Amino acid sequence: MKISEQWLREWVDPALDSAGLAEQLTMAGLEVDAISPVAGAFEGVVVGEIVSAEQHPDADKLRVCQVKAGGEELLQIVCGAPNARVGLKAPLATVDAELPGDFRIKRAKLRGVESQGMLCAEAELGLSEANEGLMELPPEAIVGQDLRETLGLDDVVIEVDLTPNRADCLGMRGVAREVGALNGIAVCEPLLEPVAATIEDTFPVSLAAPARCPRYVGRVIRGVDLSRPSPLWLQERLRRGGICSIDPVVDITNYLLLELGQPMHAFDLGVLAGGIEVRTARAGETLELLNGNTITLGDSNLVIADERRALALAGIMGGEGSGVGPETTDIFLESAFFAPEHLAGQARSFGLHTDSSHRFERGVDFTLQRPAIERATALLTAIVGGAPGPVVEAVEENALPQREPVLLRAARIERVLGVAIDDGAVERILRGLGLNVEAVDNGWRCGVPPWRFDIAIEADLLEELGRVHGYHRLPATRIRAELAMPRRPETQLSQRRVRRHLAARGYREAITYSFVDRTQQALFDPALAPVALRNPISSDMAVMRTSLIPGLVATAQRNLNRQQPRPRLFETGLRFLPGDDGSLDQRPTLAVLLGGRRQPEGWACSRDAADFYDLKGDLESLFAVTGCEGEFTFAAAERAGLHPGQTAAIHRGAALVGYLGALHPETLAALDLDRPLYVAELDLAALLDARLPAFAPVSRFPEIRRDLAVIVDREVTAAAIMADVRATAGPYFKELTLFDVYAGKGIDPKRKSLALGLTFRDQSRTLDDEEVTEAVKQVIDSLVKNHNAALRG
Amino acid sequence: MDNLEELAGEARAAIEAAGDGAALEQLRVDYLGKKGRVTALLKGLGKLSAEERPAAGARINEVKESLQGLIAGRKAALDTAAVAERLAGEAIDVTLPGRGEGTGSLHPVTRTIERMEDFFSAVGFEIAEGPEIEDDYHNFEALNFPPNHPARAEHDTFFVDEGTVLRTHTSPVQVRVMESREPPFRIICPGRVYRCDSDLTHTPMFHQVEGLLVDEHSTLADLKGLIEDFLQSFFEQSLAVRFRPSYFPFVEPGAEVDMQCVHCGGEGCRVCSHTGWLEIMGCGMVHPRVFELSGIDPDRYAGFAFGMGVERLAMLRYGVGDLRLFFDNDQRFLAQF
Ligand SMILES: [Zn+2]
Repeated sequence: MKISEQWLREWVDPALDSAGLAEQLTMAGLEVDAISPVAGAFEGVVVGEIVSAEQHPDADKLRVCQVKAGGEELLQIVCGAPNARVGLKAPLATVDAELPGDFRIKRAKLRGVESQGMLCAEAELGLSEANEGLMELPPEAIVGQDLRETLGLDDVVIEVDLTPNRADCLGMRGVAREVGALNGIAVCEPLLEPVAATIEDTFPVSLAAPARCPRYVGRVIRGVDLSRPSPLWLQERLRRGGICSIDPVVDITNYLLLELGQPMHAFDLGVLAGGIEVRTARAGETLELLNGNTITLGDSNLVIADERRALALAGIMGGEGSGVGPETTDIFLESAFFAPEHLAGQARSFGLHTDSSHRFERGVDFTLQRPAIERATALLTAIVGGAPGPVVEAVEENALPQREPVLLRAARIERVLGVAIDDGAVERILRGLGLNVEAVDNGWRCGVPPWRFDIAIEADLLEELGRVHGYHRLPATRIRAELAMPRRPETQLSQRRVRRHLAARGYREAITYSFVDRTQQALFDPALAPVALRNPISSDMAVMRTSLIPGLVATAQRNLNRQQPRPRLFETGLRFLPGDDGSLDQRPTLAVLLGGRRQPEGWACSRDAADFYDLKGDLESLFAVTGCEGEFTFAAAERAGLHPGQTAAIHRGAALVGYLGALHPETLAALDLDRPLYVAELDLAALLDARLPAFAPVSRFPEIRRDLAVIVDREVTAAAIMADVRATAGPYFKELTLFDVYAGKGIDPKRKSLALGLTFRDQSRTLDDEEVTEAVKQVIDSLVKNHNAALRG
Repeated sequence: MDNLEELAGEARAAIEAAGDGAALEQLRVDYLGKKGRVTALLKGLGKLSAEERPAAGARINEVKESLQGLIAGRKAALDTAAVAERLAGEAIDVTLPGRGEGTGSLHPVTRTIERMEDFFSAVGFEIAEGPEIEDDYHNFEALNFPPNHPARAEHDTFFVDEGTVLRTHTSPVQVRVMESREPPFRIICPGRVYRCDSDLTHTPMFHQVEGLLVDEHSTLADLKGLIEDFLQSFFEQSLAVRFRPSYFPFVEPGAEVDMQCVHCGGEGCRVCSHTGWLEIMGCGMVHPRVFELSGIDPDRYAGFAFGMGVERLAMLRYGVGDLRLFFDNDQRFLAQF
């Protein structure tokens, strides 16, 4: 809402300067976004009138004008504007005038012809962006008068960003009322006296959908003269309110919108047939709107119709062909109330948002329609003449908004606001806002005025009190509560632990968008149909991720392209897994990505590329945080997008909790990546379930270590061998290390050698060599029997 | 006997010149050993008269002891030198960089959320989380946004279908807590939220931390106190904070909170659009309708809610100039936190 300060002060004039007024509005909940002068800083500009315009002898596009500027002599002005014509009144910057941007007008020669100043466009004076031609001043502008005086330009526009609850301030009247209440001063209303009918003509109105339109006021005015332009003051007020001047009738309806907050519409009476009916649209009915679009209506829409057709989309926009135009002589004025709850969403469903729909959706004073039409009639007849008929009003009283009085309990004030406000102040504040306040036992009964759509319960009154009293005057206190210790299971780890662990191992946390590109996702999860957005921001953010991997891979790709050759990334967040039955699992997930060298480049660091086992080792260290690392197992697996020979499923106990693998060479190629990347994805819940430590005594007796190397077929997994060792090594066996794997020269090409270190120890005594030898023998026997193993060398 | 001095002088010179332990041992044997030259002199004492013998014996012993002392001293010096030489050989350039992995980092948004959680936990707030694909009821209706309400339009909602949205704020988590728990409670809800908006200052996904306190005696003044406390703790400055009336359907009275610009100290600068103030969060007393919808008695209980954007706080705290950097995840950006 753009408020001309000058205009506002005609209504209410507090003892505050512009900045003080803006501050007061902001602190009352009418947030001021900007205060801008209504024109640029200029001086020496007067109203000029072109009395002759001749072609410039040496320039096609220039004309040499003789301009009356109030003095005895005509001034010669060379001008290139297409609308420079005899009789036009336009702003004239005389010699020595200062224009915005420190531009000083000098006597000049243009292509050899002297020019004694400059005729100006609006943009040159900082009035608007318009720069296509000279600003056209209306005939009543006084030649020679300082333009600032003519247009009243010593004014600012205060731009208020209104919240949706404050529809009452979508007009000058409401803002004035608010300023009056905040300052405790009177507001002077403009004259809203009825204008007597001078003709008998009426046009019938009927309400066919009274719940949606409970009041419709109309009036015939005959014999208007639309060849007259809107007066300067009207054009200027519209301009300052952000509305373009069209013709006097439209300008006046728009003026009422700005002044009283009542949207109005004017029809060309000559094209209307029968009478006005406010009715529900018929399914399939079409309407061509003023903006040129033709829309197809349904029974959720409300139209203003005559007996032949729909004329306007009620409360939103007029239709083509029924509005006023240059030929119009007789008009039918509309001033209606549409119920906000029925209009809500209608404009948006057609992609529209108009000054009218904006107000009706939020609530227009439902008693304003008749005063507004009287005010409009008075202005109209004064500007374009015409003879008004009697006002016709169709109303369904029962369907108008009901304003139940709201009870305010005195005790609630301190209870909610945290500060007591004395009774006198309470009554003064509420009355100032136009409420009808009546004292009752322990409180007040408050009648709500018709312009407030946001006061229905006690809390609303408390807000009004707090607001006008001033939030800044409320104390700031500390919360009080009983101090109870939280019950926090030691076996439940937090995500923080996981994140910090990975960060300590050199990984950087990334946060990627939860919506991803459908194709990229399909590389990794072709079987799942992801949740798709109806209105994605772009096609590469169209579906909800079923995996965090595409986001991390894209991040790695971006970093690699920016010469960051060693991606080590992780992310935690939800992935969205649709079930077959229409269910949706929003599962907390951890994903990790690794690529590039094993260690950062350095004189003492490994130059090897990181591989599967680097990432696996990092995961194992993460599992160890739970104290239950033994519950996690890896098994060869296949997964879309990953290398079939370098992928493992990860189980915790019997449950599949994630996977780990190298990107498939084809995936790398599809993503235009030139080096291997390793990724893992895990259900976070599986990482957060920890073991409560249980002490076991530490042995004081020495341990015995035996190493053995066994040769087995290549297909035999380390896990199988190690499980066999653990199962057969006897009661003193404590630890197993797999310290070497070898395949190659000296060994059957189908076989490999595994070197195992076994540690034995007893709690209560030193072990005999024989006991250990016996245990190792059992191990070997079992490996030979179960895995076709042979002892090496 | 006459050559004792000569012998002692010769021995001293030899000891002084000995270059290692072996040479020194050889000298000890040569002079002081069983067959050594000084020992030989002692053995020759018997040839002297009884009067001469004690004085001569004393002189020889004196020389012997002095040579022993010199040998020990020389040996110690040689040992020290040998150790020093070995150590010198083992010296390394301690300024060469160390080996192995550096440290990674937490995302600045996580870092900021964790700090916020810590401040609120310290005054008894618990952390609550919830789904990000949310039903219309929990995201809007239960928060007093009726269908087609103009306030919904400000939320630029992503739709999955008619009744399902990507949550536009973390308030639905508060609704779920109110539905399932008995007051009093104090919770904060951090997490991702989604708005269909993307330009220089908006990303379609961002993070919020919202808070909710419900008990029998909370007031707008308590809310003011808590928020002031938080902002001053978070920014580690005694910043001016102001509350302005504002509108959010789920609170009444509602407020917008501005804090003194951390960039210019309130003087006015580019960051604060030359107002000296930064809009930092919305808050207010829980709307009675919201309580009713979640089964809490609005006459018995009062409560307040607040919500703020994590990226905005992180940008102000760490001086990040461009919101989009948070989701670009450039390692050179991530490494700064
Ligand atoms: Zn600033």
